[in-house]
Amino acid sequence: MPDLFPLWLTLRIAFFATLIAFGFAVAFAWIVARFTFWGRDLLDAILTLPLVMPPTVLGYYLIVVWGRNGWLGGWLYAHLGISLMFTWQGAVLAATVVAFPLLFKSARAAFEGVNTEYEKAARILGDNEIQVFFRVTLPLAARGLVAGTMLAFARAMGDFGATLMIAGNIQGKTQTAAMAVFDAVQVGDYTLANTLVGIMSVVCITILVMTNKLAARRVNYET
Amino acid sequence: MRLEVDIRKTLHSRDRSFVLEASFSSQDDLTVIFGASGSGKSLTIQAIAGLVRPDRGRIAVGGELLFDDSQGVDLPTRERKMGYLFQDYALFPHLSVQENIAYPLKKTWCFGLLPEQRQEVAEIMAAFEITHLAQSLPDELSGGQRQRVALARALIKKPSILLLDEPFSALDSMLRHRMRLELLEIRQRFAVPLVVITHDPADVEVFADTLVVFENGGVKEVSRRRQQPEPVHANVWRQKVCWRAKWEQEQQAQAA
Repeated sequence: MPDLFPLWLTLRIAFFATLIAFGFAVAFAWIVARFTFWGRDLLDAILTLPLVMPPTVLGYYLIVVWGRNGWLGGWLYAHLGISLMFTWQGAVLAATVVAFPLLFKSARAAFEGVNTEYEKAARILGDNEIQVFFRVTLPLAARGLVAGTMLAFARAMGDFGATLMIAGNIQGKTQTAAMAVFDAVQVGDYTLANTLVGIMSVVCITILVMTNKLAARRVNYET
Repeated sequence: MRLEVDIRKTLHSRDRSFVLEASFSSQDDLTVIFGASGSGKSLTIQAIAGLVRPDRGRIAVGGELLFDDSQGVDLPTRERKMGYLFQDYALFPHLSVQENIAYPLKKTWCFGLLPEQRQEVAEIMAAFEITHLAQSLPDELSGGQRQRVALARALIKKPSILLLDEPFSALDSMLRHRMRLELLEIRQRFAVPLVVITHDPADVEVFADTLVVFENGGVKEVSRRRQQPEPVHANVWRQKVCWRAKWEQEQQAQAA
């Protein structure tokens, strides 16, 4: 039986990364979709950047910000004695950043697809802005958000470069499935490589098929 | 019901700007705001409902001040106690007919309706003869049914005034006539004043006790049915809005 620890670690990292990315992506997407302000296009571009940049560049940025001498990481280390470098929490950080744009883009499209007339109707019927968001906007955008979340989860599972930069490739500690595959091929352990590749492929295909189904059904609400 | 509107609003788009300067008042319970599309009538009722904030001016309904920039009054939409019928009804597509109607009553997700609220919803559904549709989604309804659901939802909280944005434009002409009469009945039953905006002269004949005619972002004319020569000759009333009658009048004037 091949060592499946990397797989569990990958799922755990992807879960937390998706959770964090979801919160930020929904907040930013709502702001960008519902308000017009100076620098909106620039903000959108910056938030989408992780999608197109080389993962190693992202990883470098993460080190600059979160490393022991980084802007935020330095403060964390000095005051709380915490460092994210070479920990699985650091890998969560990397996975969050690479997964974020997929969720943000889907969420923005989902919010823009919600006819603002429904929101106006809710306000007239006595809702305040928070109620409007949770009772109308969010339910109507739900399918797009779920589809985006699944894409983000798949992407978070598969990150290599950014994770390697910040969390390293420590067996039994920060070695994710993607890295275990790399190592296994390097040492010629094709049983392990095939097992991991097989499982990850099935999981990803399942996620993509489900995402497509959700996206196809979303059409109903967009009028 | 006294409705007083005196507002100014400038809208800018890329290469043009639109100035709305609307000033009128109505003392009748049936007011029609008539005008071509782009005349500013929609913007005006959106301002009354609080969906659009005027740059300057004053709006009062039934003696209650809703907006006055000089006094810094701008009541949020949710506190204006308005009924509003959207042109395509804006029924929430993710909620059933019953949930749509109960929407203004229910303010949380987790708790169901109170028994008396349930009763209220059942009563209004019975009044609008839509009880059998309670579990349907808006997508499954016909145009006339949607309008009834939207009216029930707008009226369940007993608004002080009901604003209707082109209420019959989404219906075919056969249905339009029936729904007009239904709306008159509903007005009687719920004793709610109506403000109808429309570009259909037939709506003017049916609903206008006070007629406000909009043109190019301003009020062109305000007239009251009561002040028309007795007995109200349908043609006199229609001439204000019916282009054919207007044209004929001009032809006659030219001939004479």
